[in-house]
Amino acid sequence: MTSFCSIKQLALGLSLIGMAWQVSAQTLISDAWVRASVAGQPSTGAFMTLQSDTDSKLLSVQSPVAKTVQIHQMSMKDDVMRMGQVESVALPAGKPVSLDPNGYHIMLMDLTGQVKEGAKVPLILTVENAKGETETIKIEAETRALGTMDHSKMDHSKMN
Amino acid sequence: MLFSMSTLYTRRTVLRGMSLLSLGLLAGCDDSSKLSFKYGKDLSDKIMGRNFKLKDAQGETRMLGSYRGLMPMIFFGFTQCPAVCPTTLARAAQAKKLMGRDGDRLQVIFITLDPERDTSEMLDAYVKAFDPSFEALYGTLEETAATAKEFGVFFEKVPSGSTYTLSHTATSYVFDSRGNLRLGLSASLTAQECAEDLLTVMEVC
Repeated sequence: MTSFCSIKQLALGLSLIGMAWQVSAQTLISDAWVRASVAGQPSTGAFMTLQSDTDSKLLSVQSPVAKTVQIHQMSMKDDVMRMGQVESVALPAGKPVSLDPNGYHIMLMDLTGQVKEGAKVPLILTVENAKGETETIKIEAETRALGTMDHSKMDHSKMN
Repeated sequence: MLFSMSTLYTRRTVLRGMSLLSLGLLAGCDDSSKLSFKYGKDLSDKIMGRNFKLKDAQGETRMLGSYRGLMPMIFFGFTQCPAVCPTTLARAAQAKKLMGRDGDRLQVIFITLDPERDTSEMLDAYVKAFDPSFEALYGTLEETAATAKEFGVFFEKVPSGSTYTLSHTATSYVFDSRGNLRLGLSASLTAQECAEDLLTVMEVC
């Protein structure tokens, strides 16, 4: 009975260690930024690159600067830009997924105030792995000028 | 009386002579029905966007004729657009700089497709954040729809939770300094590519 108990405890301890490791290493977020808004503008976008260790998906995002946060997808066909809300964004294992002005992005809506250039915007991301386990990742995104060009789109082959 | 008649006659002749001269100078202007652009689409044979009547930030009525002598570049969008609108306006600001002194004649005009939410004050601050020379125009819902139709611009509201977003045409429309539609620039082009084609428009008129 005693030994059973200790095995149980050991297993519990191991799984806790496992969870801690997962939380810290499962999804990496880099180059997170928010586009600055002008006074009175009710919404703006947030962009970043996510990379998960295992097949996961980005479920939702929250931020204290916006009452509503949605994940949107932009697509372009025949020079018509189409926009729509999506339920989640797939994060295939080991593949960097870019949320940029040319595809998926996070919409910060009903802003509580103007988001000024240089301000740090807290973002709380909820990511779910294939087993259905969710993790919460808190980051701070830097606010860049309204007129920031999207560099990921730049075609360097055309530059001299 | 006779004297003043002849003066009038002389003046008329001079005026006629001057208008002939200016026609000669601007021969390539409205006569050429085709232009060759490296990146954009030649719209010289399209009759579009001639009759819009909207308001600027000061509430003044603006029409195509209000920009005579300038090269208007018109883009439709909305300020809650996180992607293509700011990218296109930033590209326009960059193209204007790349054009050097010729860029002074480029008048970027942003027409909102979301007049219900884009107030004139906010619209003005928005476009001027890209370049202080940029102008924003707005109309009623009906005027907005009529203007979009005139340009062949598609737009529709897309419900998004408790609110909505918009899908819309992302082309920039360029007129020459005499108000003839010339060029359509797709959202996929770079600032450098746009600047080159804009200079082609300027060479003609």
